[in-house]
Amino acid sequence: MTNIPEGTTPESTPTIIEPGSVADPVPGSGTDPVLDRRTYDAVREPRSANRLPLGDGTWHQLAKQYVWVRLISTGAMALLVAAIAIVASTLGSQMWIWIPAAVVLVVLVWTLVITPRQARAIGYQLRRDDLVFRRGILWQRMVAVPYGRMQLIDITHGPLDRGFGIAQLKLVTAAASTGIVIPGLTQEAAERLRDTLVDVAETRRTGL
Amino acid sequence: MTDASPPPPPPAQAAPARVPGARSPLADGEWHRLHPLTPLFRGGLALVIVAGIIISNLRDRIIEWFLPLFAPELVTDQELPGDPVDYVLEHNLILVVLLTVLGIVAVLVGIFYLSWRFHTFRITGDLVEVRSGVLFRSHRRAPLDRVQGVNLTRPMIARLCGMAKLEVVGAGLDANVKLEYLSTSSAEAVRADILRLASGRRLAEARAQDPSGARGSRVAAASAVVSDGITGLLMGAEDPVDEPASVVHIPVGRLVASRLLSGSTVALLVLIGFIIVGSIVGSPWVLFGMIPALIGFGTYWVRTITRALRYSIAPTPNGVRITFGLFTTVTEILPPGRLHAIEVSQSILWRPFGWWSVKVNRLSGRGATDNQADQFTSVLPVGTRADVERVLRLVMPGLPDEDWPAVFDDGVLGPRDGDPFTNTPRRARILRLLSWRRNGFLVTTEALFLRRGVVWRSLAIFPLARLQSIGLEQGPLDRALGVASARAHTIVGPVSGSLGAVALPAALGLFEDVEVRAIAAAGRDHTHRWAGEEPDASGPAASEPDANPPAPQEPTT
Repeated sequence: MTNIPEGTTPESTPTIIEPGSVADPVPGSGTDPVLDRRTYDAVREPRSANRLPLGDGTWHQLAKQYVWVRLISTGAMALLVAAIAIVASTLGSQMWIWIPAAVVLVVLVWTLVITPRQARAIGYQLRRDDLVFRRGILWQRMVAVPYGRMQLIDITHGPLDRGFGIAQLKLVTAAASTGIVIPGLTQEAAERLRDTLVDVAETRRTGL
Repeated sequence: MTDASPPPPPPAQAAPARVPGARSPLADGEWHRLHPLTPLFRGGLALVIVAGIIISNLRDRIIEWFLPLFAPELVTDQELPGDPVDYVLEHNLILVVLLTVLGIVAVLVGIFYLSWRFHTFRITGDLVEVRSGVLFRSHRRAPLDRVQGVNLTRPMIARLCGMAKLEVVGAGLDANVKLEYLSTSSAEAVRADILRLASGRRLAEARAQDPSGARGSRVAAASAVVSDGITGLLMGAEDPVDEPASVVHIPVGRLVASRLLSGSTVALLVLIGFIIVGSIVGSPWVLFGMIPALIGFGTYWVRTITRALRYSIAPTPNGVRITFGLFTTVTEILPPGRLHAIEVSQSILWRPFGWWSVKVNRLSGRGATDNQADQFTSVLPVGTRADVERVLRLVMPGLPDEDWPAVFDDGVLGPRDGDPFTNTPRRARILRLLSWRRNGFLVTTEALFLRRGVVWRSLAIFPLARLQSIGLEQGPLDRALGVASARAHTIVGPVSGSLGAVALPAALGLFEDVEVRAIAAAGRDHTHRWAGEEPDASGPAASEPDANPPAPQEPTT
């Protein structure tokens, strides 16, 4: 009895494993034509010398459309908040609404500003026996997961994601704190990555 | 096998001769029913409560009926207030009411009987399965190679009747398969079989000479149950005779003292202090606030103490056996390789006495909201250093001998000269003002040790074969000081895996080291079938299991 990775959240495509449909496994190799199509080409790092270094190996990054998806959704949220505040303050003459609305707007605008930087800082590396994931500039985070530890892999894409042809890949182990979510892969890259990971996870399967 | 047809005929008297080799009759791969008294314990309590409410409401009436018989001089002509009984008596409805009550009881008994009939379980070579429900059928199966432990729970009332709940702990939230209730002896047999099947050992080897399933009539079985229950009640020892001796004995005085010297006591004292100050400054009525506080803490203490009484821990061929509880006795068997993190810790209140406690992260198979989940995380409620070492050797049989000094001399009590741990650098001591000399880590081939705290000393041990992943984090302050935080990711539990303020090069070394060694350790690890043999070895196995778990032999995948 082994756990077959499967993804069954709403809004997600079922991750059906098709044996034989997988090309050569990626781990250990350098750049990959599918994973690296239309992506950024350099991981953004903090300037300090004491940062968590990139090390060697090839970092794969997110598709550039991901930034547009994030900008559109955050911008729409900001416009909605502003519209509600304007309506409430002009028609209902509730001037106090601007206090919470301003706080939310400042946060949203700040999110808009740093989104491109954040997207460039996210990267993942397929090593021989494990996957390394990194994100963040001010608060850096780096996680290494052995392939054998993966319990399931989940691909999600919302309506906006579909419009831009991107998907989010979530990697679940028995530990909730592992928390690896790779947003903004192109759909081909997400599917290829999932197939590769399922493939290597099967050959390196371990217990819990 | 999810058909809704009625299950096969009752196998209570299943002939043991039909089974080749020898499992206990309940684990022969056929569908079985639970103990016939099950409905009484599961739903019967509600009936008793309803009856109690009715009787207490009729109390006046009953007194009125019976008082003249015993004390006629007390009877007065006082008229009782009207109630349904008067109504019934006045309208000659006694027959109707009695029939209705009888009908309700009959329907309830019928429902209980049906639910018992449809509640069946089966233990095959790979799975434990339970089917239940009459209208809404449910079917739950647990693969045996993912079994995290088997618990035997005996609540007070069930214990008096010789019954026990068996719980097969699965890997996941709310993933347990429960068999409630079985008679204690068959529960023990079923547990032994489940563990033996899960271990990958051949079932036929043991128990071939033990046709314990041959029962006589139901009457004989019932009388055996009753006499067992009475014996257990009188002797106080309802455990089987072959129970291994505990390696740790906790005196009752130490247990009570350790529970009283806990953080909650400090909280209570602080609360009482506030109340007294409040009563002096403000109204003296505030003093009455102490009463609920004292009652609350009192019940809390009684609960924790009774739960931890009669604690014992002992090795068995299938893992560590832990028993605890005064009223509700829980016996759990933890197969080897099911502990994801182990922590030895000591609060400042316990330091003068040299007491320690051991907690673990393990899959208890319970939901996050289940308040019983935390009682399965404590492996040793309180113990001296010698106790802790014995317990650790039981729960970590795979740790090589050269690592043991790292556990106590360097880890729990350290640092001392020649400290093998990598500690927080001096430049970052602002982040760990008190504990920066102690705050550190050590990686060996089998485990990751995290040493933390000075006031609240603790040593966390993470077997690398169980580690899920490893992470590094660095915020702006960390970066300015040239340090990073490491975090070992394991399943949820009381043991935290994070270690702050590690020098950057050391943290990067840790990241790489732990990852490589965890992969290697996971590759060596075969505890999911901890006594497994070659998959192609056919026929009854000759090898007798080791007394000490686990001797990882060939993998069976």
